[in-house]
Amino acid sequence: MAQTKTVNNGVNVDALLAARKALTDAPQAAKFAWRASCKWQNGTHSDTKVQGFFGLGQEQKHRTEFSFSADHPEIFASEDLGATPVEYVLVGLASCLTAGVAAVAQNRGIQLRSVEAKLEGTMDIQGILGIDSDVRNGYDDIKVTFHIDADASKQEIEALVAQSQKRSAVYDIVTNPTNVSVVVA
Amino acid sequence: MVEQFPGRATGRTSKSSSQRSSIIERVTTIIIGAGHAGLAASRCLTEQSIDHVVLERGEVANSWRRERWDSLRLLTPNWQTRLPGHRYEGSRPDDFMTMAEVVAFVSRYAEIARAPVRTQTAVTSVTRVDDGYHVVTDRGELRARSVVIASGACNIAQVPALRDALPSSIQSLTALEYRNPQQLADGGVLIVGASATGVQLADEIRRSGRRVVLAVGEHVRLPRTYRGRDVLWWMDASGVWNQRYDEIDDLTRARKLPSPQLVGTPERVTLDINALTAAGVEIAGRLAMVRDGRALFSGGLRNMFALADLKMNRLLDTFDEWARTANGSAPVDAPAERFEPTQVPDKPRLDLDLRDGSIQTVIWATGFRPDYRWLHVPVLDAKGYLRHDGGIVDSPGLYTLGLPVLRRRKSSFIHGSEDDARDITTHLAQYLAKVPVKA
Repeated sequence: MAQTKTVNNGVNVDALLAARKALTDAPQAAKFAWRASCKWQNGTHSDTKVQGFFGLGQEQKHRTEFSFSADHPEIFASEDLGATPVEYVLVGLASCLTAGVAAVAQNRGIQLRSVEAKLEGTMDIQGILGIDSDVRNGYDDIKVTFHIDADASKQEIEALVAQSQKRSAVYDIVTNPTNVSVVVA
Repeated sequence: MVEQFPGRATGRTSKSSSQRSSIIERVTTIIIGAGHAGLAASRCLTEQSIDHVVLERGEVANSWRRERWDSLRLLTPNWQTRLPGHRYEGSRPDDFMTMAEVVAFVSRYAEIARAPVRTQTAVTSVTRVDDGYHVVTDRGELRARSVVIASGACNIAQVPALRDALPSSIQSLTALEYRNPQQLADGGVLIVGASATGVQLADEIRRSGRRVVLAVGEHVRLPRTYRGRDVLWWMDASGVWNQRYDEIDDLTRARKLPSPQLVGTPERVTLDINALTAAGVEIAGRLAMVRDGRALFSGGLRNMFALADLKMNRLLDTFDEWARTANGSAPVDAPAERFEPTQVPDKPRLDLDLRDGSIQTVIWATGFRPDYRWLHVPVLDAKGYLRHDGGIVDSPGLYTLGLPVLRRRKSSFIHGSEDDARDITTHLAQYLAKVPVKA
């Protein structure tokens, strides 16, 4: 794709491509572990912190510790001190897909002007309340709607969004089963 | 009921090798495999007067005879099916060869090319020696200065490890073992994979009256005909098929692409997901896991369709652009057309009970891979594929033919062997001329 002007979406694609090449030759360094530590506060309110993770063969750290309060809204008789956990799933999906759109656009030489996504996950709470065992606990459907303003045709923008899903970790986590072991230490 | 692949690999004949080690036959070049690719190479070597033999574990065109389902026809139309110095000359140029016709076509080629084929001769080992390669077969040993590996790209059915989690009541078979619907138990069938193989099996088994669920991952959608011409005519005429391996952005990916959703029928029907849905096949996402007797499918089906539709439309754009710039020289009358997007089921199925009796059979149409267990030269990558640069293997005098996108996009098809065989044997001849024979 010939570029006549410099495209800048704030993504260092050269660094990403160099990392891809380096990790192809040293696949062990590609093994990452992401972590979170959660502490119950009161009622349905908890605080979760993230800072340390493992990657490139050693322990790594975010520049600062990030903290996330989760709770349930008042209609669930909670104090509403944070977003609900299922909303955090939407946060993860939205931010992962959006980061992917920016990276793919940069790699394809497409200048972005604005990228906005609206997400809606639908759920029948008869599942979590144990009213009907045929109803699942989680989302029965998630819809993501992107509004993208960019120097590109509609088809190119659709391709960006498709490629972003193809390379997204959270999209994969949400759409495919994952083994989860919950143990008591 | 299928003869077990791969005849040539394992130690079914090791007793004779040491007894006969005193008689080592010398030949300049050995071709392994008398399929279309090996025979094309043989023809080119004969033209250059390079002495050689073609070692074949079974009969000429062995895989076409024994490792295909009954109804299979080539994806390429007859007029396109050609080899160096040999082409289809019948009265149905737009039809597609049955397997019996392919076997006849390739066998006839072996005859007219007078290919020095040794049938029923399985190679059990190839090692590097000073002046070339030591080749052990179940009928004696040979030495050659160069070797062309033309043993096929589809020796082994690749099956994901989650096969082991299937309930024991399920009959599980690969596309190499499948022959026809009569072979299957009554009841529903889950087909995993939506390449040419998966869609053809889904259609045929659905027509036998069975319930069919098709698990669809990444796939390549193509219409059978476009603007009145076969889509593979377009691939040929527009130059897409001639694109060289060293011009392709992501070659690794191109080589692993599933075969396009095509079927060769006299009616030239399109067999995409929409056609299968209309035929009553249930479409699910990629099979992600089998847990507690249930198959779990990915919820990413919509994006699989979006990717395939976008890629198909980009290819059709390429065709239109070529037709436009070729002006009067493009023999196309019909206007550009675009096809309906792939329909996403209202409620894509996320799981399927494999224990309630509604599904009796699982068929793995999850791809094939070559078998190199007999190859004892360090030329395989971490995943067991040959390291090669357009068929020139990473070991002096060693070559390969008949692999997907080997030197061009068309390399995956029979007629792609023509240019590839010429290129490879030219390189091989130069190698022989350059490297003197040791005394």
